[in-house]
Amino acid sequence: MAARQETVARVASIDVDAYKYGFFTDIEAEKAPKGLNEDIVRFISAKKNEPQWLTDWRLGAYRRWLTMAEPNWAKVDYPPIDYQDLHYYAAPKSTPGPTSLADVDPELLRTYEKLGIPLREQEILAGVETRRVAVDAVFDSVSVATTFKAELARAGVIFCPISEAVREHPELVRKYLGSVVPVTDNFFATLNSAVFSDGSFVYVPPGVRCPMELSTYFRINERNTGQFERTLIIADAGSYVSYLEGCTAPRRDENQLHAAVVELVALDDAEIKYSTVQNWYPGDSAGKGGVFNFVTKRGDCRGRNSHISWTQVETGSAITWKYPSCILRGDGSQGEFYSIAVSNGRQQVDSGTKMLHLGKNTRSRIISKGIAAGRSQNTYRGLVSAHRKASGARNFTNCDSLLIGSQCGAHTVPYIESKNASAVFEHEATTSKISEDQLFYCMQRGLSEEEATALIVNGFVREVLQKLPMEFAVEAQKLIAISLEGSVG
Amino acid sequence: MLEIKNLHVSIGDRKILEGLSLSVKAGEVAAIMGPNGTGKSTLAYVLAGREGYEVTEGEALLDGENILGLEPHQRAARGLFLAFQYPVEIPGVATMTFLKAALNAQRRARGEGEAPTPDLMKRVRAAAKGLGVDSEILKRALNAGFSGGEKKRMEILQMALLAPRFAILDETDSGLDIDALRVVADGVNALRAKDRAFLVITHYQRLLNYIRPDTVHVMARGRIMRTGGPELALELEKNGYRDYVGEAA
Ligand SMILES: Nc1ncnc2c1ncn2[C@@H]1O[C@H](COP(=O)(O)OP(=O)(O)O)[C@@H](O)[C@H]1O
Ligand SMILES: [Mg+2]
Repeated sequence: MAARQETVARVASIDVDAYKYGFFTDIEAEKAPKGLNEDIVRFISAKKNEPQWLTDWRLGAYRRWLTMAEPNWAKVDYPPIDYQDLHYYAAPKSTPGPTSLADVDPELLRTYEKLGIPLREQEILAGVETRRVAVDAVFDSVSVATTFKAELARAGVIFCPISEAVREHPELVRKYLGSVVPVTDNFFATLNSAVFSDGSFVYVPPGVRCPMELSTYFRINERNTGQFERTLIIADAGSYVSYLEGCTAPRRDENQLHAAVVELVALDDAEIKYSTVQNWYPGDSAGKGGVFNFVTKRGDCRGRNSHISWTQVETGSAITWKYPSCILRGDGSQGEFYSIAVSNGRQQVDSGTKMLHLGKNTRSRIISKGIAAGRSQNTYRGLVSAHRKASGARNFTNCDSLLIGSQCGAHTVPYIESKNASAVFEHEATTSKISEDQLFYCMQRGLSEEEATALIVNGFVREVLQKLPMEFAVEAQKLIAISLEGSVG
Repeated sequence: MLEIKNLHVSIGDRKILEGLSLSVKAGEVAAIMGPNGTGKSTLAYVLAGREGYEVTEGEALLDGENILGLEPHQRAARGLFLAFQYPVEIPGVATMTFLKAALNAQRRARGEGEAPTPDLMKRVRAAAKGLGVDSEILKRALNAGFSGGEKKRMEILQMALLAPRFAILDETDSGLDIDALRVVADGVNALRAKDRAFLVITHYQRLLNYIRPDTVHVMARGRIMRTGGPELALELEKNGYRDYVGEAA
């Protein structure tokens, strides 16, 4: 209740075009020259003091990328991207690499403070109970701070920037990097493999339940800079970890490119919960500016009875191209995808999931809630497939779309492929509209039009919001209300 | 308390209300009776502020203020309540959540603080009990899959909770069996007060056996044709509306 009131109060205090995370931090940065070639790839690798194998891995990816074409099957429309007109590396000069909190530039700390992400070890996101969250903060191309490292280390959990993991835990990185999303996977993932900057690395040893939520906060700050983060999470046998990801960017008239890769590996009986609240700058109401979010996220349920669940709340970005997926390889493994995708203004979302059933008795569940307002286009695209050997595979899919106004579009594109006769796949889909009658009814009871819309939307997404950790659910609910500001009337 | 003066309302090119005047005093229960399609619901909706109606002439004063220019929620905050003839389903929004949201929105609009949630829930449950509403229903989405009778009781429950100054009941009796009718009428009667007024719209006289009106207005062809006491309802019961409709020919 309090959250809802706060949402309403916040909605009331915000302008239609106000993206409150749109400020720019004026901090001196070291950047690679614009453009992409082998020297730039070597430059990035050298900046991070990488071993030769990784430099070669990057170069291999780059050469492969040169032969690939940008995918065009998604229902999104954007001007051609000039890949030579971007910086592929930017780092705040004052913080050359991960340091202790005491060494972090106060300007950066203030930035995260303003974003509501405290980089201090005694605080939490806007939660009710004092739950602690360890944060890895990535600013443009580098991680600037990671909290609670020592305490996590005591539990045996490794949580650090991936650039650090390459140096400190090369055997783990080498074994798992690219093992879920191969270098050759797709245009954007291959580009990422060549130029990835920073991101988080997590390893949870066998039998360990990670003692706190882990979280990475991504911030694009520099102009004309692509962000190519890379996240790798490994949950060893019988372990559990819950991971949260958040992101924002300054308002800019030009588009910003974000092409991340996230790989999850769950071994026998391990569980990974991955939650995202994506709030990249969506562009203004006329469609100028905004982040192009081309992301490859995939989880491999490699072990028996392993479990991976993706929960995402997508409110930002001008273009979203994103399909967090699960490879259900281990017998008895389970994949879940819970999604809320909100689009307003001129935003275009093409998002969904793939559940690839390879092992026996594998189960998956997809709950997708798309909300389209303004002149936006919102597409759910999903694949559920059962391999020949996936006997007893089961999937349940539910895709609901809610339209606000009459100039937006919602689309559902489900693909189902089954090569095993015992697989049972269920699919439900609905499209509804917030009707004038519903709004009038609520308003007759005293709610303003904005409040009524927020209430109905919250009802629509409730099932998915409940999947998020408490603090994030509150935050997400506010974000949804803010994203829909100006969509009614 | 409510003063409607020479109200003219059209939907598109069609004139529905044509010079309707009506006044209801504080403490009064006024009934409007009239044949189907005569504009009773239109009157209720226009007073509550629904879109799609054009007021071409006239005004409606609530406590001396013309409310026709206000947004629906502003009218609600001034104490206007409409029990809908066809209550609307709000999928996904638990009834309890909706009631809390509505009550607190009105409190905020009046500059009162929000009610503490436990108190509020207690009040809702008590009101539900009084109206024979199963408290399990409060967890379900508002009106979604409710029976006709459940929807109507929920309207009265909301009225009891919001304690409006001026309540319009649009054919609340339709679709109710005699037991439900009695419960609903008891709910209304319990709210009768010196500083509160009701406008009870009905097609049949039946409801008025349970909610005794102070005045009865006969509405036909977009205006009030006759005003009298409770005996007028009985007369209508006997003779029907033909005397009033016939004039059109
Ligand atoms: N949205 C609408 N568009 C066109 N005509 C309407 C609309 N709503 C009501 N009407 C017409 O207005 C007249 C009055 O309707 P209504 O107010 O519902 O009458 P009552 O409640 O007395 O039965 C009817 O003839 C009805 O058909
Ligand atoms: Mg009617």
